[in-house]
Amino acid sequence: MADVRIITANEAAALAAKLCKVQVVAAYPITPQTPVTEDLAAMIESGELKSEYLTVESEHSAMASVVAASQVGARVFTATSANGLLYMHEMLHWAAGSRVPVVTACVNRGVGAPWTILNDQQDSIAQRDTGWIQLYCRNSQEVLDTIIQAYRIAEQVLIPVMVCYDGFILSHTSYPVEVPPQDDVDRYLPPLDGNLGIIGGGYMNVNPLILSEPRLDPNSDLRPGYMDIRYRLHEDLRKALDAIGQADKEFEAIFGRGWGGLIWEYGMVDAEHVLVSMGSLASECTLAADELRSQGLRAGVIAVRAYRPFPDAALSRALRKAKTVTVFEKDVSYGYLGALATDLRSALFDAGLTPKVCSFVAGLGGRDVRPEQLTRTAADAILKQPALGWIDLKGIA
Amino acid sequence: MATRAARDLPTEEFILPGSRSCAACGLMLTYRHALKALDPGKTLVAVPASCMTVLHGVYPITPVKVTCINTPFAATAASASGLVAGLKAIKREDYTVVAFAGDGGTYDIGIQALSGALERGTNFMYVCYDNEGYMNTGTQRSSASPAAAVTSTTPILAKAQHKKDMIRIVEAHRIPYIATASPSFPLDLFDKVKTAKDIRGSRYLEVLAPCPPGWGFPNKDLIKMGKLTVECGIHVLYEIREGRLRLTSRSLVLAEKGRKKTIADYVKGQTRFKKISKDQIDALQQWTDQRWEEFLQRHNRG
Repeated sequence: MADVRIITANEAAALAAKLCKVQVVAAYPITPQTPVTEDLAAMIESGELKSEYLTVESEHSAMASVVAASQVGARVFTATSANGLLYMHEMLHWAAGSRVPVVTACVNRGVGAPWTILNDQQDSIAQRDTGWIQLYCRNSQEVLDTIIQAYRIAEQVLIPVMVCYDGFILSHTSYPVEVPPQDDVDRYLPPLDGNLGIIGGGYMNVNPLILSEPRLDPNSDLRPGYMDIRYRLHEDLRKALDAIGQADKEFEAIFGRGWGGLIWEYGMVDAEHVLVSMGSLASECTLAADELRSQGLRAGVIAVRAYRPFPDAALSRALRKAKTVTVFEKDVSYGYLGALATDLRSALFDAGLTPKVCSFVAGLGGRDVRPEQLTRTAADAILKQPALGWIDLKGIA
Repeated sequence: MATRAARDLPTEEFILPGSRSCAACGLMLTYRHALKALDPGKTLVAVPASCMTVLHGVYPITPVKVTCINTPFAATAASASGLVAGLKAIKREDYTVVAFAGDGGTYDIGIQALSGALERGTNFMYVCYDNEGYMNTGTQRSSASPAAAVTSTTPILAKAQHKKDMIRIVEAHRIPYIATASPSFPLDLFDKVKTAKDIRGSRYLEVLAPCPPGWGFPNKDLIKMGKLTVECGIHVLYEIREGRLRLTSRSLVLAEKGRKKTIADYVKGQTRFKKISKDQIDALQQWTDQRWEEFLQRHNRG
């Protein structure tokens, strides 16, 4: 019989890390991530999970220590939110450049100033260009399953993975979550043989200073310069699109659940008007799509699950018949549009598609986004002029 | 057993010709003797962005026969903590993790990660090679720069504050082993690294590493300058085990026979002190004497 528990996404994340038999955890507390680190601490102290636990003094140190532990071949985990993630920023670049299979949960929260502890996705969106894989989850089950998939992906492509889920909306809300049997997880995720050659032979200078141009090594083999190594990361990140899709397919084969791979689609078979979003807001968009259909508009929903690498081809394919694309997102690239809308427009332009693309910033700092608002805003976008803007602003002249 | 003569040091060299450090680099000499005291085949060295990065060479060539993990500036002790945890997780605790950071990476940007690692009792050795400034970026002031030193960020008025007393901060963590050393006293340095290697828990070594371009003295005087730092008492050689301080090497001799060299002798051979006034010399002398008395008292207390 399936092991179904009523748990929060934070509990699901900690359970996932345990199922993946992580060997080193380092974390620093920040709301709303804290229950993840508390649960893991209890599992490790009780002996339920055999792992080292570093109660570090900052997020910068949390990421620094899991990167180093990963470099010697341990499977590692950390979690953070908001300003904690921003404090890690330097180390996020370092992790990706080091090509280590670190997995991090980002419990999405708005960033200060001014302070908010509530949800939006500005924190992880601000890390878009660090070279990480970013996966966004719509519900707690997806959080548990995606963390398991994340190790599979990271250890295959040697690029770190950030699993993002909405603070409070998911992190502190209990839902039924099926916890898979350990044997199945072990079958899906074999033990890490991740020693990057640092231990057990030879001398290495890991991540040294590098020149712009290629240079001969002592065996007279030409080694790449800085730009060439960065290109390799970029190229491998693009190729990771396949690995992400594949990891989800193989997951489905064993566990009977899939999450759409790169993008998740709802009502897309005949949809002309598509609502695009990420995380829990995408699930909410399905209510708006149903309502729009009852008003005679053929609406569908796409949840962008993999935001980096960006699934431009998958999105263009899914949107090839769309007349209106309305993006709702909990972030903004200040001075322009939401980040997702910007990327999506670029992908559609490259594919020669010209639907009306509307961009809406919603729900920053925990402001409630109601399905009626999504319906009304999408209907206006479909029926009236192209629209851009922030929805549900209040209290400003 | 203390090493008595240079001929008793291991002859194998772990830094090969071709290092990118400056001529007469105090750090380079420190590292040379430290590696001899370690087991480089079973050592992981964590290094922040610093002179040490340069010493280790430019990809894909390194002159150093030890595995070096480069880390961002603020992260040295945190990276070392991760290496220690990772090695434990993969059951390779036969490796020793040694962090090597300069004064900027220790006193300033790295102090938070260092304090965290020491507070957690991380089983590693941390060596601060103190050259009293941001020498790799061109001699900017650090909190380890001495008072009255001209640096590139105190170019006109010279530094107004005394050096931070980093070791007292480290000592507040009550770690099992703390020591100071100098590349001009290599036997003492070698013995301390060797002692530290075999102790479990956090071990902290601070080496005052003279820097000819940063301090402004001729390359040929490196050894002499290192000796002078100890003989004038501005740098004191000691070790602290379980809270008990014991003077060692030349500092122990000076404790018995008295100090003869003064701060005036020390500053005159260095261009960084070109603007030092009589009052500033007196102040630095007073600062030095007061610290010396404290060390002497602790040493005598046993």
